Amino acid sequence: MSRESAALASQAEPSPYAQPETRRAALTLAIWVFLGSETMLFAGLFALYTGYRALYGADFAHAAAFNEEWIGSLNTFVLISSSFFAAWALHAVRAGRRVMALASLCAVIALGLCFLGLKSLEYYDHLSRGIAPGQFYTFTRLPQHGARLFFTLYYFMTGLHALHVIVGLSIMAWLLHRVHRKRTTRERHVELELGALYWHLVDIVWIFLWPLLYLIR
Amino acid sequence: MSVDEGMASQAAPRERSFWTADTSVRSWLLTRDHKRIGILFLVGTSLSLALGGLFALLLRLELLTPDRTIMGPTTYNKLFTQHGVVMVWMFMIPAIPGIFGNFMLPIMIGARDVAFPTLNLASFWVYVLGAVVTLTALAAGGVDTGWTFYVPYSATSLSAVGWTVTGVFILGISTIMSAINFIVTTHTLRVQGLGWMQLPLFVWAIYGTAIIQVVATPVLGLSLLLVGLDHGFKLGIFDPQYGGDPIFYQHLFWFYSHPAVYIMILPGFGVISEVVSSFSHNPPVSYRLIVYSTFGISFVGFLTWGHHMFVSGMSTFDAGIFGLLSMFVAIFSAIKVFAWTMTLRGGAISLTTPLLYFFGFMFLFVFGGMTGVAVASESLDVHWHDTYFVVAHFHFVMVGGTLTAFLAALHYWFPKMTGRRYPERLGIASSSLVVLGFFFTFMPQFLLGNAGMPRRYYSYPEAYQWLNVLSTGGASVLACGLLLTLSYLCVACVRGAPAGDNPWGSRCFEWRVASPPPKHNFTELPDFERGAYAYAEEGGLP
Repeated sequence: MSRESAALASQAEPSPYAQPETRRAALTLAIWVFLGSETMLFAGLFALYTGYRALYGADFAHAAAFNEEWIGSLNTFVLISSSFFAAWALHAVRAGRRVMALASLCAVIALGLCFLGLKSLEYYDHLSRGIAPGQFYTFTRLPQHGARLFFTLYYFMTGLHALHVIVGLSIMAWLLHRVHRKRTTRERHVELELGALYWHLVDIVWIFLWPLLYLIR
Repeated sequence: MSVDEGMASQAAPRERSFWTADTSVRSWLLTRDHKRIGILFLVGTSLSLALGGLFALLLRLELLTPDRTIMGPTTYNKLFTQHGVVMVWMFMIPAIPGIFGNFMLPIMIGARDVAFPTLNLASFWVYVLGAVVTLTALAAGGVDTGWTFYVPYSATSLSAVGWTVTGVFILGISTIMSAINFIVTTHTLRVQGLGWMQLPLFVWAIYGTAIIQVVATPVLGLSLLLVGLDHGFKLGIFDPQYGGDPIFYQHLFWFYSHPAVYIMILPGFGVISEVVSSFSHNPPVSYRLIVYSTFGISFVGFLTWGHHMFVSGMSTFDAGIFGLLSMFVAIFSAIKVFAWTMTLRGGAISLTTPLLYFFGFMFLFVFGGMTGVAVASESLDVHWHDTYFVVAHFHFVMVGGTLTAFLAALHYWFPKMTGRRYPERLGIASSSLVVLGFFFTFMPQFLLGNAGMPRRYYSYPEAYQWLNVLSTGGASVLACGLLLTLSYLCVACVRGAPAGDNPWGSRCFEWRVASPPPKHNFTELPDFERGAYAYAEEGGLP
């Protein structure tokens, strides 16, 4: 206890942490709680999807056939690869291999952008055929309510996910900057751990979206 | 005379208090000090309480006569919506965690601050932003859907649904930020040697609340986002016009909003546990049962949402299960009630304002809770659904519970926060006014509901008038009690007699630091060896 009071007296603006390890533990716990909270956001959407699938099973199956399976699957591959590189970047930083970390982070960002590119391509293709959400839906081949709802949910779920990809990419760009400036180092890299965890969540959410929106027909 | 000078009697020179350590406006608005953020939340949530209370008074004025009194149906619809939105998301959810959780929790675990002080400050400003956006709806013509935003009406209503749901969404972000902070702080910043089962019960309550908040709030955010899109862009996710099912919205909404009831009441339970122990100078009877029941409530509270939807087309079997689970969750609250009552037994009771609020809480909460068990059974709920019976029930639990606990906390910790005493006699007078006023506001509403008066109408048949007049009269007494409290507390902030560090003779940890605490809570760690409820041991506190 005397050590803590000494630390308190020595600092003008003391941090709440008695030891640096406490800060790391606090940040790690915080990101896990936050990711749990994020999971609940998507869990609500999955529940809604399940409800509507039960109501409009046949319509959903028909509508899912109009989602390009190869784009969805390729995007899954792209995102899982980027997650691998995020983990690799952390591994590289821990091993003190800065250049490899930089290369890995660049790969994460490139693959993330590739994912968004493929997704935009798909959106464009859908929109040009009149497959749009809600009142804007004009796709004559599937006029049923269930198909419209499927695509509305499709846009909302993938849109919310894409938003998370964009946030994740910004974090990755910031981390790239930090590693480049040698602020994220072998000794001090908790932010990279947190960023990678967030990126894995983005990845995992997609792994659930992929079968729901592309594979189950 | 500054706040600290009142207690210059101690031999050692004292550090300046957190009030006077830095006095610039900037040092307040951009403070990272958890105590100052608590004070900021006190200002913010009190303003919300005043605003929500004003709306309530206007509603009660309208209901004074069977037909139009001061407003038409549209204005009435908008006012009860705003009343609900302001009271739920701007007062009841943030009040006790935001003010007392922020102020007391770090001190109670021997920490200098919360784990993320900047995030804490951000959560306050996000709260302000959310409140401003929510209230912008008033300027944009108001919103008339009721605080539940039920579709399909909310998807087609011409009122400012978009502004309001955006505001509530932002308020939810603030809630999650605070909750993460409390969870992490409790886990990582406890002083060495302070085990989980030695934590003050208030810490447990805030911790349990924070867990519900991080799990439930995102689902609310999602539902409101979808309703906002349905309203703004006709996405038809819940709108039957496009094949949507409004019942799904109700499920999602109540999946959040039923646990939200526990978000509002659990911090109050924490306050009540502290107050009853401090003023009976007895350790709480069965500390463990109180802790475990907190988690029983947190968990089972997530499985009861269906009882809001008994008349929405639910199978008898489902309704039975939801009814049983809802009654099950009441057992945990009952365990607490018995534990608190037993704590009084054999204690050296000092009858003060916080303890009077404790008695008010017990009476109102038990009454509200018992009627809750009644409405949890489908056969009775079908009769009472959407009547004033339900309105009275949740006001007894939420206002009778949370508001009295809030006022108990305000009086109990007032000496700690300001270093001054409030006038005890005025406190006792106003707490009597509040509890009596409350009782006469809502007791008639049970009778009205049982007699069949539906909620959310601005007019009613003449047979209901005398009970409505009684209710409005009660509301006026309640308002007088609250205004009286506000005025004497403001005066006591400046002119109250110095309180000393531990005016109540409490053993809890926060009373072992100076009143008001210095900027960094303590220069030397206070004694955490002796338990927070060690009343059996001899001798005063250091």
